[in-house]
Amino acid sequence: MAGEFGNPEVVEEEVDILLIGGGMACCGTAFEIMRWSEGTGLKIKLVDKAAMDRSGAVAQGLSAINTYIGTEQDPADYARMVSNDLMGITRDDLAYDLGRHVDESVHLFEEWGLPIWKLDENGERHDGSKGMTPLKDGGKPVRSGKWQIMINGESYKWIVAEAAKKALGIDNIEERIFIVKLINDKNDSNRIAGAVGFSTRDHKVVVYKCKACLLAAGGCVNLFRPRSVGEGQGRAWYPVWNAGSTYAMAAQAGAELTMMENRFVPTRFKDGYGPVGAWFLLFKSQATNAVGETYMTRNKEMLNDYPPYGQAAVPASCLRNHLMLKEMKEGRGPIWMDTVTALANLRETLSPREVKHLEAEAWEDFLDMCVGQCGIWVGENIEPDKKNSELMPTEPYLLGSHSGCCGIWVSGPTDVGAPTDEEYDGIPDHLPKGWNWGYRGMTTVSGLFTAGDGVGASGHKFSSGSHAEGRMCAKSMVKYCLDNPDLKPELDASVEDLVAEIYQPVKTYLEHKDYSTAIDINPHYITPKMLQFRLQKIMDEYVAGVATYYTTNGHMLAVAEEKLGMLKEDAEKMRAKDLHELLRAWENYHRILTAEAHMKHIQFREESRYPGFYYRMDHNVVDEDNWKCFVNSIYDHEAKTYKCFKRKHVDLVDKSKLFK
Amino acid sequence: MPTFVRTDKCDGCKGQDKTACMYICPHDLMKLDKDGSETGHAMRAFNQEPEQCWECYSCVKICPQQAIEARHYADIVPLGGSVQPLRGTDSIMWTIKFRNGTMKRFKFPIRTTPEGSIDPFAGKPSADMSKIEENGFFNHNEQNGYREGDPSELIKV
Repeated sequence: MAGEFGNPEVVEEEVDILLIGGGMACCGTAFEIMRWSEGTGLKIKLVDKAAMDRSGAVAQGLSAINTYIGTEQDPADYARMVSNDLMGITRDDLAYDLGRHVDESVHLFEEWGLPIWKLDENGERHDGSKGMTPLKDGGKPVRSGKWQIMINGESYKWIVAEAAKKALGIDNIEERIFIVKLINDKNDSNRIAGAVGFSTRDHKVVVYKCKACLLAAGGCVNLFRPRSVGEGQGRAWYPVWNAGSTYAMAAQAGAELTMMENRFVPTRFKDGYGPVGAWFLLFKSQATNAVGETYMTRNKEMLNDYPPYGQAAVPASCLRNHLMLKEMKEGRGPIWMDTVTALANLRETLSPREVKHLEAEAWEDFLDMCVGQCGIWVGENIEPDKKNSELMPTEPYLLGSHSGCCGIWVSGPTDVGAPTDEEYDGIPDHLPKGWNWGYRGMTTVSGLFTAGDGVGASGHKFSSGSHAEGRMCAKSMVKYCLDNPDLKPELDASVEDLVAEIYQPVKTYLEHKDYSTAIDINPHYITPKMLQFRLQKIMDEYVAGVATYYTTNGHMLAVAEEKLGMLKEDAEKMRAKDLHELLRAWENYHRILTAEAHMKHIQFREESRYPGFYYRMDHNVVDEDNWKCFVNSIYDHEAKTYKCFKRKHVDLVDKSKLFK
Repeated sequence: MPTFVRTDKCDGCKGQDKTACMYICPHDLMKLDKDGSETGHAMRAFNQEPEQCWECYSCVKICPQQAIEARHYADIVPLGGSVQPLRGTDSIMWTIKFRNGTMKRFKFPIRTTPEGSIDPFAGKPSADMSKIEENGFFNHNEQNGYREGDPSELIKV
């Protein structure tokens, strides 16, 4: 029987492996898993809250693949870069393993039809439509940086999704299903047994049982008040639909989180958040203060305050922000990207054919992945060869696949020398010791795996690495299921209770909607939109958002904690007047739990590990003696609180090579 | 720049239950107003939450009627510009109009293979189950992209 608003149809289904999300990571899993599961009889299903052709962080397209190792660099070089950019605290085992595998996915993308720019024998660059030698046969990519290669990537996700959908089969995919909660096993609270969610199209709640589950639903956007608060609030740098679902659902299921204090504050073209990578690396543009001084030169001695991370050939991203913020705070803004000089210089060195393409290349960089920036250029009459553009550090974002490393603690490879024991006290007894405990990519909850933005303490995976990481999980999830043939998942909650919980915002609305004449103003409920504004205001003003130039302290965090506590209580009164608002309500539940983890980790880590991303002014140093360690946490879903603890950091590759 | 739907071009995807823009929007923003009760325009789609629009242009690119355009964020951008794509099967054409009237046109490749032509496992070996715990993917020799790494770099091995 079809459901109706307030009385949804309930669909129960049992599968072996459930893939939650449809972005690069899950597309990688979908492709890889169908080979390893051939002949096993395993039932696999993917659910995506959007449409796979355009879901996840690559929905709009990309102008570069940011992680391609190539034949001339070693996975260890990659692990070193990741570590330094994230101020020394990353898992070398995860980064190294990713470095070994990632090019495999890039070569597949090219085979499937992704146009990848190439250099010819004269060193001239060509777009990816020219049928030049593929990368896997030795074709030379156009490097915009040490790790990045340029692509014509408008249809990047479309192509990757096509392969994933064909591999998995349409019958095993359901779109517009928003999974909102993972369910533990009745007989083992540290094991996954299923997941529940709802359709954003039909009045339907879905209850899945599964033996293994890949949770790869992106990072977290819009938990801080964005710089634009009108129509422009949708123009987030990272995709606005990434609501922290990965972190929140994993935490609630008991998975150990790691480095949730980490954030990314990208410096981007102001307001449109257009990418700067190609401008800095490919077009060799400089960023200056208002009077044309290059802040990286003017303030370079500030890098020496943060040894060794400031002293690498490429200083950590946060430190580059740190040097820029000095100019802004001391009144020498605005900050400019000097596109005019950069393009003029390039004209002198490029061939006439290349000069002709230069303007198109500059526009394509935005059109492929950030059309909104072009909107600003046309509105403000900015032609990059004639007029410079402003740069601005954005509101903070939480993610694990780009230049950030918050996420979930996962089991790594066993052959790279990772620790198998722990040195610090205070780690809850039920958690594994060391960095690998059986299945690559598995969280500390049996059967729960993650990839992409979900994996913490690594970072710089980007699109290609997320795909490769999803493929690694495919293997280990199949292995997990084959190793546990008798596993019979049993949900630790009744279906009836779960349905009631998911649809509570609808019930709240229907019960109280006639109390007042104005639908949005009613003392019995709060709209998801207003709740989100409240969250953003708390985070912005107390947890080092743009309002305080990314500064906070223990006292401010205590205020935030109290306010977040009340927000959490009030979240139970969120209303949903339709399915669209139910989607927003649950996205906000996930945002709140993610925001709370971020706040608790910053509170626990009594130092300022990421100057330029956030400052704890009461501990405004990088304290290598006491805090060169992972900060991890688990969420107690009964007490509804996070508990933070330290895990020891160990280098598996020699970092001194970075510092000459 | 939230997207908007032109009343003179949108046909509600000819009365199908779900429009192309509803199908594709990653953020569930597009909605079909079947009876006109929400917009005054029956059987037209509309952007139900423009302040949540990422400007990803997924709806603009997929609309079979080219009925969807973008009007730059009113709280940020001066009026008068437009950035409009026409996405084909192997390339995309962009028409760019500045506030001051300057026009630019660009065409970029988007794909080197026919749409729908991917045969994911064609010519690729089956997985060797005995290697499921080893490094690499099922086809790693075929793709030529696994980077073994110099073992001397691993200081704890």
